[in-house]
Amino acid sequence: VSEGRICIRGARILDPAADRDESGDVLIEGGVIAAVGAALDASGAEVIEANGAWIAPGFVDLHTHLREPGQEYKEDIASGGRSAVAGGFSAVACMANTQPVNDDPAMTDFIIDRAKQDSPARVYPIAAATRGLEGVVMTEMSTLVEAGAVAFSDDGKTIMDGGVMRRVLEYSRLVTAPVITHAEDRYLVANGVVNEGPVSTKLGLPGNPAAAEDILVARDLTLAELTGAHLHVAHVSTRGAVEAIRQARDRGVQVTAEVTPHHLTLTDEAVLGYDTNTKVAPPLRSAADVLACREGLVDGTIDAIATDHAPHAVHEKDLEFTEAPPGMIGFETAFPVVLDLVRNGELSPLELMRRLSTNPARILKRPGGSLEVGAPADIAILDPDTSWVYDPAKGYSKSRNSPWAGQTLTGRAIATIVGGRLVYDVERGVIYP
Amino acid sequence: VIGRDLLGIEDLDRADIERILDTAEHMREVGRRVVKKVPTLRGRTIVNLFFESSTRTKASFEIAGKRLSADVINFSPSSSSLNKSESILDTARTLDAMDPDAVVVRHAVAGVPRQIANVLDAPVINAGDGAHEHPTQALLDLLTVRLEKGRVDGLTVAIIGDILHSRVARSNIYAFGKMGADVRIAAPPPMIPAAVETLGVKAFTNVREAIEGADVVMALRIQNERLSGTYFPSVREYSSTFGIDREKLKFAKEDAIVMHPGPVNRGVELSHDLTDHRPSVILDQVRNGVAIRMAILYLLAGRPQDGEPKLAVESGAES
Repeated sequence: VSEGRICIRGARILDPAADRDESGDVLIEGGVIAAVGAALDASGAEVIEANGAWIAPGFVDLHTHLREPGQEYKEDIASGGRSAVAGGFSAVACMANTQPVNDDPAMTDFIIDRAKQDSPARVYPIAAATRGLEGVVMTEMSTLVEAGAVAFSDDGKTIMDGGVMRRVLEYSRLVTAPVITHAEDRYLVANGVVNEGPVSTKLGLPGNPAAAEDILVARDLTLAELTGAHLHVAHVSTRGAVEAIRQARDRGVQVTAEVTPHHLTLTDEAVLGYDTNTKVAPPLRSAADVLACREGLVDGTIDAIATDHAPHAVHEKDLEFTEAPPGMIGFETAFPVVLDLVRNGELSPLELMRRLSTNPARILKRPGGSLEVGAPADIAILDPDTSWVYDPAKGYSKSRNSPWAGQTLTGRAIATIVGGRLVYDVERGVIYP
Repeated sequence: VIGRDLLGIEDLDRADIERILDTAEHMREVGRRVVKKVPTLRGRTIVNLFFESSTRTKASFEIAGKRLSADVINFSPSSSSLNKSESILDTARTLDAMDPDAVVVRHAVAGVPRQIANVLDAPVINAGDGAHEHPTQALLDLLTVRLEKGRVDGLTVAIIGDILHSRVARSNIYAFGKMGADVRIAAPPPMIPAAVETLGVKAFTNVREAIEGADVVMALRIQNERLSGTYFPSVREYSSTFGIDREKLKFAKEDAIVMHPGPVNRGVELSHDLTDHRPSVILDQVRNGVAIRMAILYLLAGRPQDGEPKLAVESGAES
């Protein structure tokens, strides 16, 4: 089926953009949503029976690592894109820490071209904020935005020089693209690999204090206020950061924020067995921090859920805990993991979908996150009740570094449509390309 | 009943610990003979897999294995797997294919013995992992105290020094706590780990308060070349504030003993005088270390097949 007529029948339609949560059908034609309503005329259309499954705008992931170019043994744009749609994501933004770094319009062009050929999901490149992620010379933001960059970030190589960060934020106003901060003070993190507290003490591994994040979030919020730029805080993980963002929003600072599925559901106690798949930056935090992140997501302090999908090869994770690289894959587990907030009564299904699609699309100023007539037909079809055993080896990522490997998860993306084309179906797998 | 591996004191209960100490008391006798060998582990292979250099602990395990007639081989890969083509787990899998009966692991990073035990068939004995645990050290310390004091229950133990980076501290906090002792620690504040009270100790910054009324004063080694100037201002200041000498020892019980896992930075953690003379028992600790490691090897590598070890050692010891 290529950009044909598709009718999804008998679904629970969840459209955060229209505050709609009702039963009905969705008709797709010419790559866009043609109609939404009850008992639509499906003549000539391929019919997908939803049998009460949820239909939502395709998820938009603000924070991913696709590893191409340079580290294709971990992931590439094709495998990352396939893994994304298998998790219900129709669009993903990819960080600039490739080899070479995406700090040049030619590299942004390359990623976009490669994604058009290889990836079933839309791919939005995030360009480096400074050349080579070195925190010294700012990148050509205007040219990069023309090439298709959607945001600027040095991600894990946090810009430690406050003067550089200030000027990056100031200059970003020219292009009205957010600057994304991975806010951890490198000196306070030092060699820390696990949240500092009872768990780091028990494990005997170097601790990374919550203060390292609290302090850099506070600095960057202050600089956002000073410059009037749009600051986006990546993977918020501490109670202090949530509170600082809440206060900054209240006084009108232009700040948005994301939280990962793992920081919403796992505490540092997950690290107690020394499983390097639980090593991530920032680290898994205390139960109080997890609770604060959940509250922040519920009350709107944190806008979006982003996976920070960070593939690493098995042989890299088979190292000593201090040596293994931080990060976990996340596309295919994100929906069932965050569904915990619905099961726990903290978010309605509609509000969860808003944080997975509508809000991240708005932050990136890209289409998506809407099922209104005329919107691109980017759709996730979701079964919130099905239980399945997650085996990363059977997933689409090239890597397997997941803390949920082998676990029974409830909820799954059962089909994904991008631009009106069915690209994934749980029975057939990834269909296109 | 002791598990398959010995990864940490945290995993043991009081009965396990008593059984190990009782077995070690039998083993002490073997070391006093002219022919210091029993046939208990004849035909068994023990691999000392030491990723981190160690003279004392490696020698102690090697002697322990040889006194039990095991074949002991020492394997010391370079300390970081980043320098090699092989990950630690690949190294472990390679060794496992040679069918050892026990693998003794020492590594500078916490958790490596656990990671290795997850992929190995053979029992894994932790000979010290980063700042996590050093269970045989704690067991030999318990044995030393039990022999000196006749009991552990009800004693007060003060551990002084770099708790943050110390596997000896963590294992001893668990070990003495499980055996009913009251455990205190004292250190310069940057060397007290976060939330240390969750381990079941009371933390002091004043060393005299920590020592007050103690039956056992244990000083830990300071890595002065690496930590001086960052975790404490200078070796001179450390030794005057936290170094144990006879003046500070006056605050402890009159019959208190002084321990140190060695090697001692003389004049830093312990005065010269205390390093060499009673009430310090440093060389007894070393001697008991061989007995403890014999007991552990016997209990873990001496199993016929998933069963209890044969009691040949006791009869051997008495013959």
